[in-house]
Amino acid sequence: MIYAILRRFGQMLFVLVGISVMVFAIFFATPGSDPAARIAGRNASPEVLEAVRKSFGFDQPFYMQYLLMMKRIFITGDLTSFVNRGWKVVPAVIDTLPVTLSLVVGAAILWVVFAIIIGVVAAATRGRWPDKLLMVLGLIGISMPVFWLGSVANLITQSRFKDTWMFSWVPPLGYVNFTESPKGWFLALVIPWITLAILYIGLYGRVLRANLIEAMQEDYVRTARAKGLSETRILLKHALRTSLISFVTLFGLDFGALVGGSALLTEVVFNLHGIGKLTYDALLSLDLPIIMTTVLYASFFVVIANALVDVAYIFLDPRVRES
Amino acid sequence: MLSVRDLCVSFRTEQGEALAIDHVSFDVEEGEILGVVGESGSGKTVSLLAVMGLINDPNATISGSIKLRGRELVGMRPSALRKLRGGDMAMIFQDPMTALTPVYTIGEQIAEQITTHQKISKRGALDRAIQLLAEVNIPKPEDAIHRFPHQLSGGMRQRAVIAMALSNNPSLLIADEPTTALDCTVQAQILDLVRRLQREHKAAVVFITHAMGVISELADRVMVMYSGRIVEHATKTEIFRNPQHPYTKALLETIPPLTGEKPKRLKVIPGAPPSLFLRPPGCAFAPRCAYRFEPCIRVPSLEGDRHQAACFKVHPPHG
Repeated sequence: MIYAILRRFGQMLFVLVGISVMVFAIFFATPGSDPAARIAGRNASPEVLEAVRKSFGFDQPFYMQYLLMMKRIFITGDLTSFVNRGWKVVPAVIDTLPVTLSLVVGAAILWVVFAIIIGVVAAATRGRWPDKLLMVLGLIGISMPVFWLGSVANLITQSRFKDTWMFSWVPPLGYVNFTESPKGWFLALVIPWITLAILYIGLYGRVLRANLIEAMQEDYVRTARAKGLSETRILLKHALRTSLISFVTLFGLDFGALVGGSALLTEVVFNLHGIGKLTYDALLSLDLPIIMTTVLYASFFVVIANALVDVAYIFLDPRVRES
Repeated sequence: MLSVRDLCVSFRTEQGEALAIDHVSFDVEEGEILGVVGESGSGKTVSLLAVMGLINDPNATISGSIKLRGRELVGMRPSALRKLRGGDMAMIFQDPMTALTPVYTIGEQIAEQITTHQKISKRGALDRAIQLLAEVNIPKPEDAIHRFPHQLSGGMRQRAVIAMALSNNPSLLIADEPTTALDCTVQAQILDLVRRLQREHKAAVVFITHAMGVISELADRVMVMYSGRIVEHATKTEIFRNPQHPYTKALLETIPPLTGEKPKRLKVIPGAPPSLFLRPPGCAFAPRCAYRFEPCIRVPSLEGDRHQAACFKVHPPHG
């Protein structure tokens, strides 16, 4: 067990180092991306450029620059933005954490619960109207881009029907701290949660349905029928448990990516200053310290999410336990 | 005890209607072992799945009558049928490697079947599971209930499956090639086990197999099936001493002799069984039969008193 944790930790370090080197290399290898020129602005004189180069340390060898940046992220924590001088990057990233986590965790709870309900109901009524209806709804959910859906949701709840009894409870766009007002936090996030979850509900519901239907063809399901168990019990106890394995795999990947910044579109549409928005803004201004920090943070979450998936496997499938 | 009359099972497919079971009738008496032999696709498994009510293909049509202790099973309410299944009648399947749900322990799976059919506590059901595992000669049954299927060998899994099938003292046990997937020494042990348990539980057993050797070890009566029909039905001694249907004879000839000169080549039956869509209009075996003559263009009925055969050679056509 301890060995497994250590191995996982080593793996994570390896991924983080690899990714940071790659981001660093891409940044300096991008054609026309002389960072000093970007920082100094247009029409800067050669003297100014030289001064910028020196003050940001761009005249040092790459590996020194890399090591210095790593030191300032992980050890001193005082890395500052290239664009807004003096803006400390590490606290900025940490500040976005509760926003993104609130958004993604809430949406994840919604999509897991509803996807399981939809997958099970569709598999149980396979080929009949509830199944067909749910699968069409799922497909619609998958097909709606989140930025469009979010904008439509805003249009309805923030403008057209803002003053009707239906949506008068919706607060203006933006994030409310949980510690400030739990109720405000919840209300502010309800619409973003639903918007983000709809795509995944459709996707996961369809995947689960397919897995359940496949599991229902297995020999052990025939044995379960021969035992005299009811169809409901067979579906929920024997087929669902084995079907959840690929569901959990998918979940780990998506959840890690979303916490790492893939919830960008939802964050932008609903004006939530999360990690995705931060990364996006930094990309626009090619602000390396922020990009580097957010990418490292994202990969950290992807690795953590995968480790959690492995733990979930151990619970779901006894065959994994020994190996 | 079990009485099957004119059982027909057909499947609607894209190529048309496939009649998998064509008017099959047989009885199983209390405490006997009926062997059902036939090649793959002869309908031996389908006919007994129909008895268990386990054909749940929406394209299947089942007609005829299946009576277990006088209760009609064809058209019975699913919930009522479920009470019998796993209770009064139980089934063991061919491949023990896949027959158990991989994510639950052996004990949980056996206890589940017991609690489904009896009013008993979980603890009581688990104790009963330990007893059952001991009965099927699984060593250290109190540990074995905590094992997952993948932690047991094929033979041990099949024992666990048998223990599960016996958990509610069924009066009818259907075994669908339970030894085919196992190696020879384990096969013999499982056969011994089935025979011993059949005596102890006084259950009737229907044993489906394609191996004549297994039949000669175990069965009291034998039913030979070919292309969805019964072609011969008699006691085991009769079948082995005096096979009447050319198909049965051919099957028996395929068993390599244990004594005497070694044959140069093993005997085979030329040709292949007909597809369900292209079954010949008369006797289904006629195209492969060495004895075929004019009447074989009609379907022979199963005739005879204690030794029944469906062949015009044995029972010449009337009139």
